[in-house]
Amino acid sequence: MSKYTEDDLREELKTKEYEYGFYTDIESDKFPNGVNEDIVRAISKKKNEPEWMTEWRLEAFRVWEKMEEPEWANVHYKKPNFQDISYYSAPKKKPKLNSLDEVDPEMLATFEKLGISLLEQKRLANVAIDIVMDSVSVATTFKETLAEKGIIFMPISEAIQEHPELVRKYIGSVVPTTDNFYAALNSAVFSDGSFCYIPKGVRCPMELSTYFRINESGTGQFERTLVVADKGSYVSYLEGCTAPQRDENQLHAAVVELIALDDAEIKYSTVQNWFPGDAEGKGGVFNFVTKRGLCETNAKISWTQVETGSAVTWKYPSCILKGNNSVGEFYSIAVTNNFQQADTGTKMIHLGKNTKSTIISKGISAGKSQNSYRGLVQIGSRAENARNFSQCDSLLMGNECGAHTFPYIETKNKSAQIEHEATTSKIGEDQLFYCNQRGIDTEKAIALIVNGFSKEVLNKLPMEFAVEAQKLLEISLEGSVG
Amino acid sequence: MLKIENLHAQIEDKSILKGLNLEVKAGEIHAIMGPNGAGKSTLASVIAGKEEYEMTAGSMELNGEDISELAPEERAHAGVFLSFQYPVEIPGVTVTNFVKTSINESRKAQGLEDMPAKEMLQKIREKSELLEIDRKFLSRSLNEGFSGGEKKRNEIFQMAMLEPKLAILDETDSGLDIDALRIVSNGVNKLKSKDNAVIVITHYQRLLNYITPDFVHVLHDGKIVKTGDASLALELEAKGYDWIKEEVNG
Ligand SMILES: Nc1ncnc2c1ncn2[C@@H]1O[C@H](COP(=O)(O)OP(=O)(O)OP(=O)(O)O)[C@@H](O)[C@H]1O
Ligand SMILES: [Mg+2]
Repeated sequence: MSKYTEDDLREELKTKEYEYGFYTDIESDKFPNGVNEDIVRAISKKKNEPEWMTEWRLEAFRVWEKMEEPEWANVHYKKPNFQDISYYSAPKKKPKLNSLDEVDPEMLATFEKLGISLLEQKRLANVAIDIVMDSVSVATTFKETLAEKGIIFMPISEAIQEHPELVRKYIGSVVPTTDNFYAALNSAVFSDGSFCYIPKGVRCPMELSTYFRINESGTGQFERTLVVADKGSYVSYLEGCTAPQRDENQLHAAVVELIALDDAEIKYSTVQNWFPGDAEGKGGVFNFVTKRGLCETNAKISWTQVETGSAVTWKYPSCILKGNNSVGEFYSIAVTNNFQQADTGTKMIHLGKNTKSTIISKGISAGKSQNSYRGLVQIGSRAENARNFSQCDSLLMGNECGAHTFPYIETKNKSAQIEHEATTSKIGEDQLFYCNQRGIDTEKAIALIVNGFSKEVLNKLPMEFAVEAQKLLEISLEGSVG
Repeated sequence: MLKIENLHAQIEDKSILKGLNLEVKAGEIHAIMGPNGAGKSTLASVIAGKEEYEMTAGSMELNGEDISELAPEERAHAGVFLSFQYPVEIPGVTVTNFVKTSINESRKAQGLEDMPAKEMLQKIREKSELLEIDRKFLSRSLNEGFSGGEKKRNEIFQMAMLEPKLAILDETDSGLDIDALRIVSNGVNKLKSKDNAVIVITHYQRLLNYITPDFVHVLHDGKIVKTGDASLALELEAKGYDWIKEEVNG
């Protein structure tokens, strides 16, 4: 009888390369390796920043110098040598290709699998787009629509020039420079990122996506994002893309700050698909991200993330529920395969009265990977009637991977209602045989089971993103069962 | 349709099927009865291609083709359907989505396009009516929290959707209430044609009042030790298995 054993699978997994990554030759004007006050000043100067910004960076740098890299996360890796990194490299124009025929066929196959539209494929592969559909003109119409509503959406480097009062008021207000090692480093040396401001009472008419910006200036390894939703406004923001992203920078330390003023709502969705390293666990991006949102009265922030990439992920999108009746949500799918390690979760800090938070975390581990959920629900003494519901589900594939949950609860108010549910399951032989018997092969069966498992989170993603994310899960787990 | 000769199968060095012969022709209904642990479900799993079971001797043909080396999904594509004694749960995957995937995967194997949504809906409507299934039920996660009877009815719904050539019903009757037994049996009868065949594994003659078998086999200790017509089932109901065991051993 034809047997597809665990050994075959293991073999297949080993030989399975990261077929989806791709390099782009970036000629860049690079700074010498290492970081010191002069480098920080030089970065600031290069970007023509005002004095206050330079000072802010320097202050962050001085704090960072005294900090230690955190070790509490359930991840093990060789610490980067921070003096061996170049902190400024302005990407020069990538070579423009004339048609998709010139693009690596494997990359196109991945785009195909992901169901990315032709236009988007061209944009991602840096193919010249015909005049009618030129990305610049798309972006321009897009910008005009936003401008009519008074919405500001631009690279943060430009915002520092054009809207210094807004940036200065809010940058570091949620994630202070002193917050943690990586956030401090990011504050000192951040390359660029996005800035977004939605005026009072405005509902942003489209999903704001970093797609639009990525092509104009490359995102760096120290990305900084700041989203401010003024009173009564609404915005849905998409970050990252399902397309594979290889980067020559091993270390990524981004900071995202969200500010939802009274009655505002921010929905922030991320798909993270950085190079995870090869089957032996060599290479891959270290992704150390600090994401935090602040909710004023009646405000709401929802974080939704699909994390499939990176060798090491350290990421806890959090909500500070400062205002009364504010709401924080965290929906996460984290997939680890081969030697990937993810330590991710959220912090819900309840300060206001009647604040409410929901945490749904789905961890999927395959290969020899380690997948940890780490969450903190903190109820302050003045947070009357705070409520939290947490659900952490883990799905294991094979016997060599690990799933861990570290839920922390700190309550200083007796009226709090906190519910926590956790499950761990395995894709069983019986489930697979059942699917096989119905004509569904093992690969497809895994995809089906994983999608079913992740459904509550997938449903939270904006429509087009959800379809791509679903396919991304399939690709990330191809050939991985035991 | 199905021809099994001298089938030996084992799991983890424990031999379970020990020289089993069975021939099922198109248009026929066969009942397999036998004491607990005789190897009935094992036979069903081996026909369906469950990989834990190792076929150590014998042959197994479907429509003249050796299927013993085929993967379970390939056997399914060739028209083998197994209604499980213990259907498994797949959380988050709706019955509809599962059936749709199942149908389209089989079509893909046959080089066909996905079934158009309209046709799919039409078929779902038709088959759920046949089996008197509330369509709300189809939006639930597959088998999750289903009652024993609901699980079985859902198996037959899938069978109705997939229209297999050879259907093996492993104790589909156990867990069904009296009405459900009638509804499900009616369904099976309606789906029966001269081109397909059904093997029903059961402990109870009751089911055979509804689904009349052409042959009744007794499986004991990994072999078919007796074959008769529908009246054999009545005899078993009255006398149990001891006399057969004695016949075999004596
Ligand atoms: N995975 C397994 N490991 C060890 N023994 C097994 C395994 N599967 C089946 N068996 C054994 O094989 C024998 C036949 O089991 P099988 O399930 O085929 O019986 P059955 O005739 O269907 O019984 P029932 O009427 O109770 O459903 C039993 O003794 C059972 O314990
Ligand atoms: Mg059985």
